[in-house]
Amino acid sequence: MLLPVKWLKDYVEIDKDARQLADGLTLSGSHVESIEGLNKGIEDVFIGQILDIDKHPNADKLLVCTLDMGNEHLQIVTGATNLKKYDFVPVAKIGSKLPGDIKIEKTNFRGIDSFGMLCSLKELGYDDSVIPRDMRDGIFVLDKKYPLGTSIVEILDLDNEVIEFEITPNRPDCLSIIGMARETAATFNTVLNEPEIVIENEADQISDYLDSIEAPSDNCNRYYARVIKDVKIEPSPLWMQTRLMEAGVRPINNIVDITNFVMLEYGAPLHAFDLDTLEGKKIIVRQANDGEKIMTLDGEERILDSSNLVIADEKKPVAIAGVMGGFNTEITNSTRYVLIEGANFNEKSVRLTSKKLSLRTEASTRFEKGLDPNLCQISADRVCQLIEAIGAGVVIKGSTDVYKNPKKEKTVTLRPERARKVLGVEICPEDMVNYLNGLGIKSEIKGHLIESLIPTFRLDIEREIDLIEEVGRIYGFHNIQSKPLIGVLTRGEKPYGRRIEDRAKNVLQGLGLNEVMTYSFISPKVYNKINIPEDSDLRKYIKLLNPLGEDYSVMRTTLMANMLELLSRNYSRGVENCYAYEIGNIFVAKELPLKKLPQERKVLSIGMYGEKDFYFLKEAINTVLKRLGISSVEYSKEEDNPSFHPGRTAKLTIEGEYLGVVGEVHLDVAENYDLKDRVYIAQIDFDKIVHLANTEIKYKPLPKYPALLRDLALVVKDDLLVGDIEKLILSHGFGLIEKIELFDVYTGSQIPEGMKSLAFSLTYRTPNRTLRDAEVNEIQDAIVKDLEESLGAKLRS
Amino acid sequence: MEKMKDIMKEKLLEIKEIALKNIEEVKSLEEFEQLRVKFLGKKGELTKVLRDMGKLIAEERPIVGQIANEIRDELENAIAEVGEKLNDELKRSKMNKEKLDITINTNEEIYGHRHPLLATVEELEDLFISMGFSVVIGPEIETVENNFDALNSPENHPSRDMSDTFYITEDILLRTHTSPVQIRAMKEMGAPLRIVSAGRTFRFDDVDDTHSPMFHQLEGLVVDENISMANLIHTLDIFIKELFGPDMKTRYRPHHFPFTEPSAEVDVTCLKCRGKGCEACNYTGWSMELLGCGMVHPKVLEYCGIDSEKYTGFAFGMGIDRITMVKYGIDDIRLLFENDSRFLEQF
Repeated sequence: MLLPVKWLKDYVEIDKDARQLADGLTLSGSHVESIEGLNKGIEDVFIGQILDIDKHPNADKLLVCTLDMGNEHLQIVTGATNLKKYDFVPVAKIGSKLPGDIKIEKTNFRGIDSFGMLCSLKELGYDDSVIPRDMRDGIFVLDKKYPLGTSIVEILDLDNEVIEFEITPNRPDCLSIIGMARETAATFNTVLNEPEIVIENEADQISDYLDSIEAPSDNCNRYYARVIKDVKIEPSPLWMQTRLMEAGVRPINNIVDITNFVMLEYGAPLHAFDLDTLEGKKIIVRQANDGEKIMTLDGEERILDSSNLVIADEKKPVAIAGVMGGFNTEITNSTRYVLIEGANFNEKSVRLTSKKLSLRTEASTRFEKGLDPNLCQISADRVCQLIEAIGAGVVIKGSTDVYKNPKKEKTVTLRPERARKVLGVEICPEDMVNYLNGLGIKSEIKGHLIESLIPTFRLDIEREIDLIEEVGRIYGFHNIQSKPLIGVLTRGEKPYGRRIEDRAKNVLQGLGLNEVMTYSFISPKVYNKINIPEDSDLRKYIKLLNPLGEDYSVMRTTLMANMLELLSRNYSRGVENCYAYEIGNIFVAKELPLKKLPQERKVLSIGMYGEKDFYFLKEAINTVLKRLGISSVEYSKEEDNPSFHPGRTAKLTIEGEYLGVVGEVHLDVAENYDLKDRVYIAQIDFDKIVHLANTEIKYKPLPKYPALLRDLALVVKDDLLVGDIEKLILSHGFGLIEKIELFDVYTGSQIPEGMKSLAFSLTYRTPNRTLRDAEVNEIQDAIVKDLEESLGAKLRS
Repeated sequence: MEKMKDIMKEKLLEIKEIALKNIEEVKSLEEFEQLRVKFLGKKGELTKVLRDMGKLIAEERPIVGQIANEIRDELENAIAEVGEKLNDELKRSKMNKEKLDITINTNEEIYGHRHPLLATVEELEDLFISMGFSVVIGPEIETVENNFDALNSPENHPSRDMSDTFYITEDILLRTHTSPVQIRAMKEMGAPLRIVSAGRTFRFDDVDDTHSPMFHQLEGLVVDENISMANLIHTLDIFIKELFGPDMKTRYRPHHFPFTEPSAEVDVTCLKCRGKGCEACNYTGWSMELLGCGMVHPKVLEYCGIDSEKYTGFAFGMGIDRITMVKYGIDDIRLLFENDSRFLEQF
């Protein structure tokens, strides 16, 4: 919403400048986006009159003009084609300045000196989108005589600012100059002067020109029409054109400009039809027939259906209601009779039509937000008043109005006590009444209550709380003295699962892993990239109906792809070591398509490449688990996980229950992500971890008796698992083995092909006595014997 | 017999004299050790002399014994003193020689880094916990009912459009804000209530330097008897000062949200210029729209089965991505989701 400050001041008595207005209105709820001066850098540009136009002797496309500036004559060369003798034009002389830091200098065009420049509206700082079409490519030729030497800044009223507001969707009434004037009056406690609508001379009777209006559709709340005769189409006066351009609207001709001007004033869109083009002198507001066609003002042919509301004459649709007028009934230079439409359509119907046709217009965006049907008459009459005032036509007496359920003001009661309670501030009822009256909400004190009559343009006010808000914002939230919370003391806490998560994150951080964060939606293509078979449950993902593109189109059922993607990004950017983890949700549908909300399960995803290896990752997981009081995790070979390296991957289980997977990424998968290093990934079911976690710690007494240490060096088959050897060793220990540590693995010279050498250190201890050498030796012997017999191990001396 | 006593006494004194002289000349730990053995060891000089004690008569033994003990004490002390001195010299000379080049960097990162956004979330949660709020969590995939209907969002509200919201079915969507958690909490726990909830939220926005289709919010809600706008302002002022510093100013601007009435947006002193006015704040001195807040709309309370006459409440919500960016001076939201190690390792 663009609000030219001078325009605002036509309706409200106030002497604040743009900054002060913006600050005040911001604090009463109209959010200011920007304040811009209209003069974008013009200095010393004056009106001159063209005395002579000559062809340039050396250039076909240039003209040499002689300008009368009042006090001097100037020779100026121009390439413009829209000039004629005696035109009044803006002239920038040598030393003058134009927007964009342009300083005019004496120039020589092919041998002819030019002592300045004739300006177009664009050169004067106007945006292309608001410059009248016939002036887009040429010099700005003024509409009439002006005193020579007058500043263009004065003529175009550029010593003015425009404030841009962001109006919230509940306040469509503020998308108008008068709406903002009302806010201004309430905010600064001053007087609103709405225009007084008086038409001096009305001729004939509307029934002479318009037979009837039929509006059977419920989507039309009101249709109000006036007729104008003896219309003279020409450009509207410069003051109106400048107001329109300031507010971001392109001037077209006097009739269209007036309807736009009044739309900006009151907020309700209006439309003007060339009455001669309406067949049967009838207006019918109806749903379109399926397949019915209309060519709209923009020259496009639109195919309609029965969900679209149209304005039609006896034979054909002439406008898409609330969206855009028809091409055939448009106001043209030969228009003589005009029908002014002030209508109100159902916002939903307009919204759906505009969406269906992909046609958003100023009118449709306003109707979509909801408008007061009582504005139809006010604004259509205001159009007639302005037409008369500028002499664009003669207003016909009377109006035709179809208004089935007239909207009436309703009463809402406000308890001042309640307002004080909700706002937490002492405001007396008299002040409340003043604030409300200032906003045009007629209010008075009745006993302990305030009764308010809600004007029909305030569609947002339904109940007491809405009035409390009005009181609060005019009082000013910034004036509310803050007060500490009272009430029962409560203890703030985090859910158990989140506490476990925080603890896990601390451990992971201590291990040197960086926390990452990736999108919940992924591309379905990644399932191929990570080698997931077609029939896998992982592919039962939830799809978005309206994704932002394939890359974000399905809810992830694994965090692995996100992880690989970020590892790949780091890798391609030359990051040598990358250690990352994420705790995030996967989305598991019970059935597809979704009928109920899916399960959201937390997964701990770790991914890394660089100096560290599989064993680091495994230890990292063990550390996290141990810190969360989970110790009985088992690792077993996972050879058939399609995303992982078959020989370097383990499955994690706890008491037979699946917990996750850790391993090196399948070389095909790594290649799919352009990762040339070895890449390790773990995916752990974090919900299970939360379930299994036990953060209670019980102290165990420190050992009182010494330990006995024994080393065990073995040569075994290469594919024998250390885990199996350890299990065997422990089975002989009678609970006396406190710790087994593998301290060396060796293959190479002195070790036969296909074998490996393993060295373990065993710690024997028992809590209640000192162990004897003999008993430990006996156990060692039994272990060695069993190792030799069952696993084919050989003791290495 | 008297002679024997005198001979021993003389011998002892002689040993003492030699020993003390030797001790004075000791140069190394080895010499020192040899000396200690020679004079005080089991087969040392002193012991050798005392072996002859048996040859003395009973009355003489204590006299000679006493002399011997005195000499032993004296020698032990002297030796200990020298030993200490030698040890000390040795330590010092060792430390004088040993040097590390402490400017060498091994460049081994020992500690991992929290993601700045998630660390901010935790920081904010902890702050609210200290103010008596409990953390609750809700799902990323929500019902239209919880996300819009229950929050008094008008049926035709543009935020419901497919051009604003990601849908999975007609009734199920990706939550567009954390506010549905309020609904869940009020329905489950009723009043009174003090909660915060942070999490992922989704809107149909193309990625650019300030937008991301997935972003994060933190939402707070207090419902109790006699809760007012003045309490809301007090709570948020504390929070903002804690987060950005005690000299922060706030500005509460009336705004519109369907689920609160009255509603406000909160501007905070621009962190770049500290309120002086700069390009970042459009010369207003304010960081705009850092939080949205308001008094819970009675319709929302009623929807959740809470008596809206007896209870009032306030709610607030903020974009944590934006807050993280403001806090750390990050100028491109994409950095938060790219997970470049060189970015993460700055936090």
